[in-house]
Amino acid sequence: MFRKQECVAMLLAGGQGSRLYALTRRIAKPAVPFGGKYRIIDFPLSNCVNSGIETVGVLTQYQPLELNDYIGSGQPWDLDRLDAGVHVLPPYQRHKGADWYKGTANAIYQNMDFIARYDPEYVLVLSGDHIYKMNYADMIEEHKQNGAACTVAVLEVEMSEASRFGILNTNPDGSIYEFEEKPAHPKSNLASMGIYVFNWKELRRYLEADEQDPHSANDFGKNVIPAMLKGGERMFTYRFDGYWKDVGTIESLWEANMDLLNPHVPLDLLDPNWRIYSRTAGLPPHYIAAGASVQNSMLSEGSNIAGKVDFSVIFSGVTVEEGAVIRDSILMPGTHVKRGACVQYAILAENTVIEENATVGERPEDCENLEDWGVAVIAENIRIGKGVRVPAKAMVEADLEGAE
Amino acid sequence: MHKNQAMGLLFPNMGDGTLRELTEKRSVGSTPFGGRYRLIDFALSNMVNAGISKVGVITKKNYTSLMDHLGSGKSWDLSRKNEGLYYLPPHGSDDLYEGRISSLADIQVFLQNSKEDIVVLSDCYTVCNMDLDKMIRAHVLSGADVTLGFVRDTLHAATGQMMVWQDDDGRVTDIVFNQSETATGCFGVGLYVMNKAYLLQMVKDAVGRNLMHFERDVLQRHVRDIVVRGYEITEYTMVIRSPERYFAANMALLQPSVREALFMTGRPIYTKVRDCAPAKYGLHSDASDSLIGDGSTVNGTVRNSVIFRDVDIGRDAVVENCVVMQGATIGENTTLRYVITDKNVVVKNGRTLQGVESYPIYIEKGTIV
Repeated sequence: MFRKQECVAMLLAGGQGSRLYALTRRIAKPAVPFGGKYRIIDFPLSNCVNSGIETVGVLTQYQPLELNDYIGSGQPWDLDRLDAGVHVLPPYQRHKGADWYKGTANAIYQNMDFIARYDPEYVLVLSGDHIYKMNYADMIEEHKQNGAACTVAVLEVEMSEASRFGILNTNPDGSIYEFEEKPAHPKSNLASMGIYVFNWKELRRYLEADEQDPHSANDFGKNVIPAMLKGGERMFTYRFDGYWKDVGTIESLWEANMDLLNPHVPLDLLDPNWRIYSRTAGLPPHYIAAGASVQNSMLSEGSNIAGKVDFSVIFSGVTVEEGAVIRDSILMPGTHVKRGACVQYAILAENTVIEENATVGERPEDCENLEDWGVAVIAENIRIGKGVRVPAKAMVEADLEGAE
Repeated sequence: MHKNQAMGLLFPNMGDGTLRELTEKRSVGSTPFGGRYRLIDFALSNMVNAGISKVGVITKKNYTSLMDHLGSGKSWDLSRKNEGLYYLPPHGSDDLYEGRISSLADIQVFLQNSKEDIVVLSDCYTVCNMDLDKMIRAHVLSGADVTLGFVRDTLHAATGQMMVWQDDDGRVTDIVFNQSETATGCFGVGLYVMNKAYLLQMVKDAVGRNLMHFERDVLQRHVRDIVVRGYEITEYTMVIRSPERYFAANMALLQPSVREALFMTGRPIYTKVRDCAPAKYGLHSDASDSLIGDGSTVNGTVRNSVIFRDVDIGRDAVVENCVVMQGATIGENTTLRYVITDKNVVVKNGRTLQGVESYPIYIEKGTIV
């Protein structure tokens, strides 16, 4: 017997994150490390817990092993609950056959039984690839007050950038009359954040109808939201004005990490009233050796720094040897940068080894043609040999032998 | 074989008097150490890493902080369906060694009802990552009544630490409580392995004769009647029996070899998770030869220090040779040398505090300087 829940959250975590290339070879995008000790999924999960949502379904599909292990019983997020908590929901075989999740809406459709057993009033649909802190309870409250069938969280973006987003066109009372996916000529600058609150009854009806439509891509943005608009449902926007970042590309992931080092960016990880929880390795404090230099950076447990670190995000268990230089970079857990190596504008995935005197990445001002510049990425467990030079924007997915 | 046959008993209050102000409101076991740990983490992790899944914690007094730290035992994987962590109720005297027998007498039923045949008893004033399983195996193999863990060290008389002498076979032949100025030799560190049946019989006999002091009245007096074997702890060990030693032990963590011996052995030292953000270094930070905990913000100079979690070090502050516990705020333009600040201390802008290596200044928990 399951206790009734007012709201069940469904977190879409099945995406491959193909635009993160080497970083998502082996892990799903929500499992990508972020911000020195987190993974991307920690943000929506912690938001749920901090908003008082006790039941979360995590829909996994692409490379789920690491994500499953990471979520585990949900204990780090206080989601190992008696009859609520976090549930990992992969596609499964059923009486009439088996299907992969065909789209975001189909993923929820296939798990309607999971939602139904909590008999909720509302379903909160989230995606696992955004960095932000948001009180979903406020959004649900506004949804109730508006008597809406669906509420979509929106963010004001620069008008010039609006054509990159799903844009919602609204009436003066905040109700939505039109949804345009990446419009060439946007009529408004309210971008969808991929966060939806639905009345469970209406959602169920529309998901069932969507499933019957052979032409549907079974996607919330493309199909379900337009269908609800067409069906004359009350749909409202919920305006969010905090920090929000889609970290679906190498550039945006790098930028979002760097944002954490900027005191003017309103994403406070130290706020004791809105902690971001994560599963941690349990290592001793990090050590800064004599002669090391660390500035404008974030460091985490178990790291040993003997070199120079500037404007960088260093995860746990990282070693930076004497004479190594790290600038404007992200070093994921377990990376090792040896003597004399130089890492600039780069992302080193887990357990990479940069041998002596190798260089990874370049500063934009050192690049002859700015078109060629970009953040260099080294995939997990890759070794860059002695003295090897990895240029800007490189995507290294195999060991590079050096001058040994 | 013996993995599930051993259970653990921890004595976090043993040695409370030796750490002066540090243990005024807490036990030795819950004394913060090394940037994120409490002293009990080492003894408890050693037990867990030896496959022990039932641990009784003998709480005597000042145990609020200890219970807050250990909680359900989840962080040590001791929140289990079967066995796990047990808090055992307070008991009598608070002298250094006294009370061990009476506390054991209080928990006779708990011991009898446990299915394990072997009991490991451990005090919490040593910082050590040891292969306790090896010691348990040595005990089983030798068939001794009591196997006593010792380290080779040089200790000051004030600690009254137990010194042991062994014959060539490793049998303990003499026990003396150190009274000389300083002494070098084999010191017991309050770590024993006994068969449960022997332990229960010993406690019963001792209570019957009104003997309360395990080390003095049982081990020392009967050293020739019972078989006590020494087990040398060869792993790196720091015995923390004075505030100076506490300070020195924190500082020792700045050596890579010490951190390696304690934290990189493949046997993790578990502690309570606090969900801090990573540490942040500002534009004017200058840190070197220091351990710095998560959640801290460094905008000043930190040298040769151990900084715990959630510490805020202001701009132009100089913190040298200090142990700064969790939650401190060190203001701008302050200078601290050879200072131990307990939890949640605030040092206001512009203040200077200076101790010396052999006598660091101690600032009490929650003080505003």
